Amino acid sequence: MSHPDFLWRNPDPEPAYDVVIAGGGGHGLATAYYLARNHGITNVAVLEKGWLAGGNMARNTTIIRSNYLWDESAALYEHSLELWEGLSEELDYDLRFSQRGVLNLAHSLSDVREGRRRVNANRLNGVDAEWLDAEEVKKFCPVINVSDRARHPVMGATLQRRGGIAKHDHVAWALARKADAYGIDLIQGCEVTGFEITKNRVTAVQTSRGRIAAGKVALAAAGHTSVLAERAGVRLPLQSHPLQALVSELLEPVLDCVVMSNAVHVYVSQAHKGELVMGAGIDAYTSYGQRGGVHVIEAQMAAALELFPIFSRVRVLRTWAGIVDVSPDASPVIGPTPVEGLYVNAGWGTGGFKATPGSGWVYAHTLAHDRPHPLAEPFGLERFTTGALIDEHGAAAVAH
Amino acid sequence: MLLIECPHCGPRDETEFHYGGQAGVAYPAGEVSDEEWAAYVFLRDNPKGWFRERWFHVHGCRTWFAVERHTVTHEIRTS
Ligand SMILES: Cc1cc2nc3c(=O)[nH]c(=O)nc-3n(C[C@H](O)[C@H](O)[C@H](O)COP(=O)(O)OP(=O)(O)OC[C@H]3O[C@@H](n4cnc5c(N)ncnc54)[C@H](O)[C@@H]3O)c2cc1C
Ligand SMILES: [Zn+2]
Repeated sequence: MSHPDFLWRNPDPEPAYDVVIAGGGGHGLATAYYLARNHGITNVAVLEKGWLAGGNMARNTTIIRSNYLWDESAALYEHSLELWEGLSEELDYDLRFSQRGVLNLAHSLSDVREGRRRVNANRLNGVDAEWLDAEEVKKFCPVINVSDRARHPVMGATLQRRGGIAKHDHVAWALARKADAYGIDLIQGCEVTGFEITKNRVTAVQTSRGRIAAGKVALAAAGHTSVLAERAGVRLPLQSHPLQALVSELLEPVLDCVVMSNAVHVYVSQAHKGELVMGAGIDAYTSYGQRGGVHVIEAQMAAALELFPIFSRVRVLRTWAGIVDVSPDASPVIGPTPVEGLYVNAGWGTGGFKATPGSGWVYAHTLAHDRPHPLAEPFGLERFTTGALIDEHGAAAVAH
Repeated sequence: MLLIECPHCGPRDETEFHYGGQAGVAYPAGEVSDEEWAAYVFLRDNPKGWFRERWFHVHGCRTWFAVERHTVTHEIRTS
């Protein structure tokens, strides 16, 4: 059997680029793509220390939605969701984007109040949102146990019908193929190890494959962003934690929507191939080890089985972890840094897959124009000093 | 699961503890600027390597204490 056609070249680095993007996950690739597509900037390299999209992009549970509480987040995530709605066609690649509906369950009176408030806030922001009572939840997703004697009784749920899942590998490959076609260099096995900074302006990056001069440097390293920023003398309000997920063996179709529960830190969907995909909450401690404690998986499974007794004999196929960059207000940090020419896009934590196109769009604009895209403006670093936080713990929490 | 050595109870399972983040972050003294206050509230070290951090033996003797843990290998050494 011969190897199928390669989707992108595998170039060696040039000595200099207008823009160097550090990190070849979903956000780095989307940023490269939109730099070319929206701004005509193609003298760009994406430097990836491993292989393309082998970090969180390969490890996430692919939930996509935009029903965040605050105006700033709703605008940013909704912009991303609108991009998803046209992305398969635009990239000419089937991303398996499936708008099957996302339920966020409420298990207590305060969950109910928070959920209803979020539905109202979403509607005011033009984000589709519905409140379902327990009976309606049962109708929408018959395999959920809505008995009021359950350990985690279902008292209702928010529903975003336009939410869903996509196939993460396809997203990465499609973006990489298009970026490459624009002439952008996607350079794998190339770790950024340091920065050259003259008079507070970044002029080059040092890498495991030599020095590369850069007009601008865009960090897109997810869980490793703090490590990189520190080498440029910049401290970021981020903590890196393991986030675990698992898949079951393949099953017949049994679950045709996405179910999330912030309170018990479980989220479940059934992938196209048939495996149940379940995510947990973050491990408590900071880590770069790409693995977490089995007790986190155990607690998550216990809660999942209360919600879905029908899954009690399903076997786990494998578990894994990614390293997520958690910010103090559960919102991303996008924009310039104190070093001129050095930009950051991080802090997406447990929920940045859904933002892949939107994040790339606003980051590319920010790089091209040297000032934040209007949708990104509220997400600058300065909010931690001014106090204008965008607290999405309710909508993002540990879930997505 | 981590095995964490409580100075009072000895080595115990991680599930008995609550994580407390970076150790030794002092409350800023005197007049502070907005930047200094923001740093105190929001900025923490996030190293890839050894990290001095606090744990709370919440389901045991309820002592707060500090250990050094390696954030890649998860090895713990008491300090
Ligand atoms: C288990 C799990 C479940 C998740 N579930 C969801 C979900 O359901 N929905 C959702 O919206 N989000 C989810 N997320 C979050 C989402 O995966 C991330 O927010 C998002 O993928 C981060 O952006 P990225 O794709 O660019 O990151 P990554 O794919 O991690 O890309 C960063 C890249 O930078 C590279 N890099 C790091 N340091 C260097 C260096 N020095 N030099 C060069 N390259 C470097 C890394 O190798 C990596 O490839 C989940 C995450 C995990 C771990
Ligand atoms: Zn103790």
